[in-house]
Amino acid sequence: MEFTPPEINLLIVAPVLIIMAAGSLGMVIDLFMPDGKKGWAVWLAAIGLLLALAQNIALWNGNYETFIPQNGVAMVVMDNFAIFLNATFLLTGLLVIPLSRSYLQRTGLEKPEYYMLLLFSISGMMLMGMANDLILVFLALEVLSIPLYIMCGMLWPRPESEESAMKYFLLGAFSSAIFVFGIALVYGATTTTAIPLIFDAVAANGLNAMIVTGLAFLMVGAGFKVAAVPFHMWTPDVYEGAPTPVTAFMSVGAKIAGFAALLRVLMLALPQASGEWVTAVAVLSTLTLIIGNVVAIRQGNIKRMLAYSSIAHAGYILIAVAAAADNPSAGVSSALFYMFAYLFTNLGAFGMVIALERNYGEGNLLDDFKGLAKRHPWLSLAMAYFMLSLTGIPPTGGFSAKFYVFGAAIEAELYWLVLIGVITSVISGYYYLRVVYLMYMFDGEGQLITGRALQFAVFVMAISTLVLGLFPEGLFNLTAEATLSATRLLAGG
Amino acid sequence: MTATIDWYVALSAILFTIGALGVLLRRSAIIVFMCIELMLNSANLLFVAFARSLGDLHGQVLVFFVIVVAAAEVAVGLALIVTIFRTKRSINIDEINLLKG
Amino acid sequence: MDNPIIVDYLPIFMLLLVALFFALLLPALSLLLGPKRSPKNAAPHKYIAYESGMAAIGEAQRRLPVKFYRIAVLFILFDVDIILLVPWAVTFRNLGFYGLAVMGVFMFLFILGDVWVWKKGILEWE
Repeated sequence: MEFTPPEINLLIVAPVLIIMAAGSLGMVIDLFMPDGKKGWAVWLAAIGLLLALAQNIALWNGNYETFIPQNGVAMVVMDNFAIFLNATFLLTGLLVIPLSRSYLQRTGLEKPEYYMLLLFSISGMMLMGMANDLILVFLALEVLSIPLYIMCGMLWPRPESEESAMKYFLLGAFSSAIFVFGIALVYGATTTTAIPLIFDAVAANGLNAMIVTGLAFLMVGAGFKVAAVPFHMWTPDVYEGAPTPVTAFMSVGAKIAGFAALLRVLMLALPQASGEWVTAVAVLSTLTLIIGNVVAIRQGNIKRMLAYSSIAHAGYILIAVAAAADNPSAGVSSALFYMFAYLFTNLGAFGMVIALERNYGEGNLLDDFKGLAKRHPWLSLAMAYFMLSLTGIPPTGGFSAKFYVFGAAIEAELYWLVLIGVITSVISGYYYLRVVYLMYMFDGEGQLITGRALQFAVFVMAISTLVLGLFPEGLFNLTAEATLSATRLLAGG
Repeated sequence: MTATIDWYVALSAILFTIGALGVLLRRSAIIVFMCIELMLNSANLLFVAFARSLGDLHGQVLVFFVIVVAAAEVAVGLALIVTIFRTKRSINIDEINLLKG
Repeated sequence: MDNPIIVDYLPIFMLLLVALFFALLLPALSLLLGPKRSPKNAAPHKYIAYESGMAAIGEAQRRLPVKFYRIAVLFILFDVDIILLVPWAVTFRNLGFYGLAVMGVFMFLFILGDVWVWKKGILEWE
């Protein structure tokens, strides 16, 4: 039998390769570096992320494909959709690094491995955005999750951290097992795992029960990753126990990667099954919104509160996914916009939580925010602004994001979903604004531990949120282009 | 009676359900983890069975990927379980409850 | 039944029922048919770990040095490495230079990992 190698162009996947190479290089340097020197890892990670970001942006509008086997369907695509998601992940990494530094020094966690695991996890997320084959989606899911399991437990022997790592690991492995089973069912029904070929097979032969069952398994697997109710049980425990910078990274990166997988599966592989999945997504979204927002009110620990808040935000993004069934361009692009705005707002809020945490687990209560406004007026103002953005009050990025998502849902005639979204946003105001109230209306002993890096990162995120609030059109046009390139690729594939 | 693809699908579904029930019901972290492996392997069985009945080699290749990923998970997962055992002297999930869920 | 989609899902539903039934049946059967461990009808040797007569030393919850575990994990990794190497070796001639290059990259990364393990002192027994 004659073998022809697949067509490979490594330049197209260079952003991922740079990240992976930086990670591997860091592991090697670590071997030959004396124990005392640790500062190099930060710079290596930051330079790697910046290089990858530059190369990533240079590929914009290229609509490249690579790793093309004999059947002509590429396994990796570098359309604008993938590039947009990659930029999101790289920015997450770039912002998490300045947030982590001083926290890591305080808790004795400053090891080069931390940054290298961060890089490996980001490379998995990026693969997720670029994957054009379900098996690659699965591999990316694992490449991003396994470093996260380790990072959650890095504060051993402190039992909370170990416990968080084990819970995350068991539920993460459980969800990926469900995901693989879904892939196996879809493979059995369509003889392929390539996303465009699944689309073609469904177009030619119609849906059957096996595909829909596989789709259900895939949705459950992805639902665990994005922490949608009823697959959210692990979230508060894991978020509370993990080192706070890791929590910040997970709550943004892993969630967006989960949605990337969900969008690829739902919108690009099985859009013809939208009649079957739209109800499921809408129900998931409703449950997620209600439970996330209502339970968040009762939390006294800021990390747990932000965990439930991140569950609730998954609900808003799910509204956009549901809207995408009827109205793909508006639905997908508003989901992308929401994730981008959420990245800045949520990381900003976590930046303040990190600054407030004196030592691992100390200073995480809502009461610790009392009286911060007097001692740290600027950072408190930034925190108040992030809280307004998470609630969705103009002029913030959070407001613009909700505006686009609800707009897409109204166009798709999902009025009741919009109604639930608006009501739960009002409810969420209660617990977000309570933080502002505590900071400004009480006296307290709370002190922030800030370095220049952290202040700078929080400043950048506050400005970005403001810009997204005042001038959202620019970014929205980018997300629209990203969506278009993905759907065009589908039509051409 | 020859075994058709339906039998393999049924066997794999049974294995998967045993695994899933085990994850939900058992209390020892190691056994929960073994149940997850059972779920992954039921998916492997499904891949191989489909590859055979559809006459498509692709499915058999996918099994390698799943096995490799499962091994990576074993390495990390066992490390976590060993670490938590050294701290708490127990791997019973009910006793691992510092964080209220 | 006039709704064809329901008919379409019937086998899946049946399959789920059968799967659930068997998943519950097997543990139930093992409880039912397995040896009863009530003190009255069991011989004393049924209580020791190995019925062959080998006496168990110490308790099962005994701590083992973590170095055994490290070696076990390394074994798993090499084991899986073989899984990928054997199919490659079987069709080596067919794959030509491409196969060699790809496996070269893989082995490079794998050996990099081994060097890391070695330098970190994980292989040291004493």
